[in-house]
Amino acid sequence: MWIFSGLFQAAVVTVLNLRTLPNRLASSGVAVVGMAGVVAVLVSILSIAEGIKAMMANTGSPDTAIVMRTGSDSEMTSILLNDDIVVVKDAPEIARASDIGPLASAELFVGVDLVKASTGTTANASLRGVEPAAFKIRNFKMVSGRLFGTGRNELIVGRSAAGEYRGLAVGSELKLGQNVWTIVGIFDAGGTVPDSELWCDAGVLAPLYRRGNSRQTVFVRLTSPEAFTAFKDRLTADPRVKLKVMREQEYYAGQAETLSKTIVVIGSIIGLLMGIGALFVAVITMYSAVASRTREIATLRALGFRGGPVVLSVLVESMILAVVGGGLGAAVAYFGFNGYEAATMNWSNMSSIAFAFRVTPALLLLGVGWALVLGLFGGLFPAIRAMRLPIVTALREL
Amino acid sequence: MKYLPLLWRTLFRRKVRTIFTLLAVLVAFTLFGFLAAIGAAFSMGVELAGNERLVMIHKVSLIQLLPESYLERIRATPGVVDACSHTFFGGIYQDPKNFFMQIPVDPECMLRMYPEFAMPEEQKKAWIADRQGAIVGRQTAAKFGWKVGDRIPLQATIWRKQDNSQNWEFNLDGIYSGTEQGTDETQFFFHYKYFDESRQFAQGNVGWYVVRIANASQAPQIAAALDEQFANSPAETKTTTEKAFVQAFANQVGNIALIVRSIIAMAFFIILLVTANTMAESVRERTSELAVLKTLGFSDGLVLLLVLAESCTIAGVGGLLGLGLAAFVVPGIPTGNLLQDLYVPKGSFGVGVALVVGLGVVSGIFPALRAMRLRIVDALRRV
Repeated sequence: MWIFSGLFQAAVVTVLNLRTLPNRLASSGVAVVGMAGVVAVLVSILSIAEGIKAMMANTGSPDTAIVMRTGSDSEMTSILLNDDIVVVKDAPEIARASDIGPLASAELFVGVDLVKASTGTTANASLRGVEPAAFKIRNFKMVSGRLFGTGRNELIVGRSAAGEYRGLAVGSELKLGQNVWTIVGIFDAGGTVPDSELWCDAGVLAPLYRRGNSRQTVFVRLTSPEAFTAFKDRLTADPRVKLKVMREQEYYAGQAETLSKTIVVIGSIIGLLMGIGALFVAVITMYSAVASRTREIATLRALGFRGGPVVLSVLVESMILAVVGGGLGAAVAYFGFNGYEAATMNWSNMSSIAFAFRVTPALLLLGVGWALVLGLFGGLFPAIRAMRLPIVTALREL
Repeated sequence: MKYLPLLWRTLFRRKVRTIFTLLAVLVAFTLFGFLAAIGAAFSMGVELAGNERLVMIHKVSLIQLLPESYLERIRATPGVVDACSHTFFGGIYQDPKNFFMQIPVDPECMLRMYPEFAMPEEQKKAWIADRQGAIVGRQTAAKFGWKVGDRIPLQATIWRKQDNSQNWEFNLDGIYSGTEQGTDETQFFFHYKYFDESRQFAQGNVGWYVVRIANASQAPQIAAALDEQFANSPAETKTTTEKAFVQAFANQVGNIALIVRSIIAMAFFIILLVTANTMAESVRERTSELAVLKTLGFSDGLVLLLVLAESCTIAGVGGLLGLGLAAFVVPGIPTGNLLQDLYVPKGSFGVGVALVVGLGVVSGIFPALRAMRLRIVDALRRV
């Protein structure tokens, strides 16, 4: 019974508080805007890290793998000789197609300087020489134009790369060093790493970069995700070769790790600092809310309302302000940044990659949750003060 | 001066509000310092990069190699004072996550080229004389606890030795530190001769050249003349100033500077709102007190100044403490291996102080004007 009457009292006082909110619009507005700012900044910075992680994690499927030389930590530093490649392609765990044989693509990966459309400065784009199996290993579809012809100086360009750099329209010619390439098509790799790459025939690229019949990596599609262990064991145990086998997903997730960790650290520090700032704002707001209602609160206490419900009502008001602000900030982050396309550098191989900001539901929840925590602590001291007000002196106040 | 007690009294009229406003301002300026440091780290020392140094890379990409034979031809080009070759080694120390740049160089040439890397004379001599010697920046040495005299093993990722082993070992002969704030203190340099003789392939090829020129204003012409020399050769070149080179590299990381600036602007706008609101409230509460002051003979201008002084005190104390806190705390924030150690750039303190003053004036000006225009009769009539 005691609890029910307490809750009833709290509800009455809260409703009373909220109805007088319009009178305190300015200071409450400041608290809401402050909270919105904190949440918007926190969520949008963390969405950068989410975006990079998602792009890297979506690259590859459970049944694809990458083979490099032992000791290499990225494609850039790997080198495979023809003998190695023959051994890899013979592995029975690799899926086979009737027309092209094993779904394994021995690839070359080189950097080329292109001019960024946004800044006019050069960036290191990735040029990948592939074999026909590559189209069946990656998530790949042509958007416009056609595939490059075997043995010809032709390039196809990933969707993001086409927007990122100057001079990559279908039909245009691109001079790289002394070689002239024709852009013949644009492809879509479904928001994964190859979207930022340029692809050509490995057989054409190798002599131009004096690679002979060596390659850097072999990408394979396995018969099933479970076949990976057998495939890996077979190649690492083979005394003829020194190879490193990774799932494609693991490989790219590892590449995203450094960058996304850094961004998460920076974002958290900014979010924490701004949060502390907003906490102070909430404290000021709630103090003045309590101060401006000193007489009302004292009157309620005189009428027999207990301290607990008064505390609760102040807390509820502060948390409502926080949730409104947090929700507003989350909405700003979501509508302003979700899907926003940007490019950054893949530090593992110093090449440019495109990604989209991703404001995930988890991030939105985190933002609003943080606002709630701030609201709770912001309201706590003013609430205690409201409870402790001596009724007699408070009533005497003007 | 005689108004100080009055100012003191009004500030502490509502102690809690003043203290929390002060704290909010303090946090805002700590954030400002932190963001300035992040901005500096992401710009990768572009402010420090010299215009009198050029970087020559392979025209297709930084990753392609250039012949060693270019060195003498570069040095013979009019306007060029000096040139050195650099190569990306890309070795791993214990764990791939421990990334830092390792570059084989000609020691004497490198020390001439980078006077900003300071090191005791005897360490320089020891390094030049030691074929397997290496030097490293203070920051990397501190991170791994290296001391002069240590033997440093690196695992090659690209450059295997002739016996096909991946293990390279170096003697640490010196630790350099930057003469200027923000100088890159992470790099590891060792003898090119040792590198070239021991590597399995690509002998006689280097990664890029750093070229010092006599006159920075001649940079475009000299860069063009250098590239012209090697045009139509198997290894064509592209030469830019070190500044443009670093800028392009930083741009690739993303337009972090823009994001950082928008966050600063946002945080500031919010803090401005808060202080302005506090000031406005404080003046509104004191309407009758201000009227009494005026009745006692305080001039309109004096009342304006008193209110402004109040807001500037809050901004000044909070802001300067915040900047100080940032300078103290920021260098200790861990950044992982991606960025250099953080520091608050000296120039940012100037900007910070300007912002402190701006915040104080802007947040106080409207309540102050209101207080100044207050008519005694109206104000006293209100209860």
